[in-house]
Amino acid sequence: MSNWFPPEISTFGQEIDAVFWLIFWLGLGGFIIAEGIIIYALIRFRRGSGRKAEYVTGNSWRQASWILIPGAIVLFLDLAVDFAGGHAYHMVKGELPASDIKVRVQGEQYAWRITYPGPDGLFDTPDDRETLNQLHVPIHRPVHVYLRSKDVIHSFFVPALRLKQDALPGREIPLWFEADVSGVYEIACAELCGPNHYTMRGFLNVHTADEYQAWVSETWGDN
Amino acid sequence: MEHAIHPEPTTFIRKHVFSVDHKVIGRQYLILGMTWALLGGLMAYAIRHQLAWPMQKVTGASLFINGAAGPGIIMPEAYNALLTMHGTIMVFFVAMPILIGALGNFLVPLMIGARDMAFPRLNMTSFWLLCAASLVLLSSMFLPGGAAGAGWTSYPPLSARTEYSTVQLGQAFWILALALEFVSFLMGGVNLLTTAITMRAPGMTMMRLPLMVWMQMCAAVLFMLSVGPTIAGAILLLLDSVAGTSFFVPNADGTGGDPLLWQHLFWFFGHPEVYVILLPGVGALCEVLPTFSRKPIFSYKTILWATIVAGALSFVVWAHHMFVSGMNPLMVMPFSVTTILISVPFTLIIFALIGTMLGGSIQLTTPMLFAVGTIACFIVGGITGIFLGSAAVDMYMHDTYFVVAHFHYTLFPTVILGGLTAFYFWFPMMFGKVLNKPLGHVHFWLTVISFNVLFMALFRVGLGGHVRRVYMSNYDYVKPLQGLNIVATWATIAMLLGQIPSLINIAWTLLKGKQAPDNPWNSNSLEWQTSSPPPHENFKEIPTVRRGPYEYSVPGAEEDWIAQDAEPTSAVSG
Repeated sequence: MSNWFPPEISTFGQEIDAVFWLIFWLGLGGFIIAEGIIIYALIRFRRGSGRKAEYVTGNSWRQASWILIPGAIVLFLDLAVDFAGGHAYHMVKGELPASDIKVRVQGEQYAWRITYPGPDGLFDTPDDRETLNQLHVPIHRPVHVYLRSKDVIHSFFVPALRLKQDALPGREIPLWFEADVSGVYEIACAELCGPNHYTMRGFLNVHTADEYQAWVSETWGDN
Repeated sequence: MEHAIHPEPTTFIRKHVFSVDHKVIGRQYLILGMTWALLGGLMAYAIRHQLAWPMQKVTGASLFINGAAGPGIIMPEAYNALLTMHGTIMVFFVAMPILIGALGNFLVPLMIGARDMAFPRLNMTSFWLLCAASLVLLSSMFLPGGAAGAGWTSYPPLSARTEYSTVQLGQAFWILALALEFVSFLMGGVNLLTTAITMRAPGMTMMRLPLMVWMQMCAAVLFMLSVGPTIAGAILLLLDSVAGTSFFVPNADGTGGDPLLWQHLFWFFGHPEVYVILLPGVGALCEVLPTFSRKPIFSYKTILWATIVAGALSFVVWAHHMFVSGMNPLMVMPFSVTTILISVPFTLIIFALIGTMLGGSIQLTTPMLFAVGTIACFIVGGITGIFLGSAAVDMYMHDTYFVVAHFHYTLFPTVILGGLTAFYFWFPMMFGKVLNKPLGHVHFWLTVISFNVLFMALFRVGLGGHVRRVYMSNYDYVKPLQGLNIVATWATIAMLLGQIPSLINIAWTLLKGKQAPDNPWNSNSLEWQTSSPPPHENFKEIPTVRRGPYEYSVPGAEEDWIAQDAEPTSAVSG
């Protein structure tokens, strides 16, 4: 079952997966109990010769407690899920950790346009560099992504990071991630963005420190 | 209210076409909804065919689909139109007409002991307006540029600009069709509420109403309270798409409208709408389970209050559709908490329904089989909702096939299986004939098994990160899951073929089936205490109600059921 998901490579991915498994086991427990009672009822209480039904209305508190208590248990488990999920969500969507690695990602029909600010660390200056569908980041460093869209709504989805965020025209949305494992991972578009939506496909290149330095030198020169 | 609301019509047109009789209108809604269901189902087949065998000829569809690459091949534009139409049709033109239109119309007056709806002419108008909406939607598929292709949620800017979607007038037709549909069901909702509140037979107190009536009332209230903002939004979207305004489309310099506004307006309605089409199915279970368990419904009041609480909660959960939309992250957790909280009232409802069976004397008739299948499948839909309600997990799951499988697991059981529960249960009353039981069982097993195979496969595909609404699996990381896509498609084919036994059953029964007794299931509520099908104006004499609808197996009673209007006997006082 651990292979249900694509490989997980971000610092927060594990915690998100843990919330999934928490809900999964709780849900599976609830599923087995509920379906078990249904099957039990169908076998035990099927109409046999002369079987009489009991007259139980469930109107007294005592009888209603048979369902009110499971309801209360579900309420309690809900809160547990809220707390676990809240913590994981806050990790991803809370304050961005400090970082000097910044990229601007713009969704457009049908590509991801990536802008790197260059040595001065500022966007919209002459040393900016642009790539199409190739996002280069170093390993073990938080990366700030400033997400935009040129036309319609796109959704920046990197399954390996467990990260998804819609890109909206008219506003810039900051998000961050830190990758733990080097390699190349696909970037999907998760929001229907037009007839060729399915062709929108980018790549996240997570470089080791040396590789990243080499890519920087190659892109901006050695000065 | 007064009797003899309208005289019995004599001409064919007034009797069967422009009828004001709620029973005729109910059957008309049923036929309209079933026709659309067939079309929507065939669209699902075309969509699944493309996903399993991309760019290959859709078997049996060469006449209807003409792609640039050849007859029978779906092109991306057509694919987007198909998925948009499938969603729109199933929610607005199948679920609403059948569960609200047909069941609400047919059952509510009979169940409360009334001669017709409060406003029979308005009732007829509602139905014919829905036909107009249907025509508009149907004709949009033949427009140049094709039908709307931005999904059933029609997010702008994609839905607002031809340059982005390549759809021309299709989107405007889509909005118009929905607007007409909304007006139709607004009138229907007013009618239903007025009927249920003012026209109850003597003795039919609110707490003696069959839960089906309560569910219909709750659905009507939810619909009427939530649809307003969406109608306003639809008008703005219409202006954006045909008049070039910018309510939802920002300009390049950052001025102009905001695409998130549409999402708020849409989902403020879109979420309650889920309950609008879900509750009548639950209502059908509330009638069928007690009848075939020969036992009172477990805790009438808990079910009623849980429904009202769930309905109220449904107004404060809409943003869970928007966790990754870019709305303020501070607003996400409150919506996550309210969303997950919905599991509490639904746990109560589900356990009350299961509790109704415990200690009963269970008779597995076709409707009972469908009712149990509805609960068994719906449980999966409920539990998987918690994954998506949790904002952290939703960051991964959102817009994947996991979402597709989840909402099909909530809506297919309640709408289709719940609808079939109602269909098999009330068919004898609607048409005066008894459906064949073995064919009904075959229909049940084919439908339920293929449904579970289909959407279990899609759960797995979604966990792998397969995004929805894509023309084909173009990403390497989902390529290993293609086998499951093919399994899901074969299951779709099996499900569609599985409907053939029921079509044979219906046709054969209507032509040659044996006459149904007036009350074939020995059921308590008023609709069974008249002839089947009921006469013009429903009852020879308006019944006097003496007890609730779920008095089964009362100790000391001669029979294991007591009609709501039966005279008290010495053994049993009302």
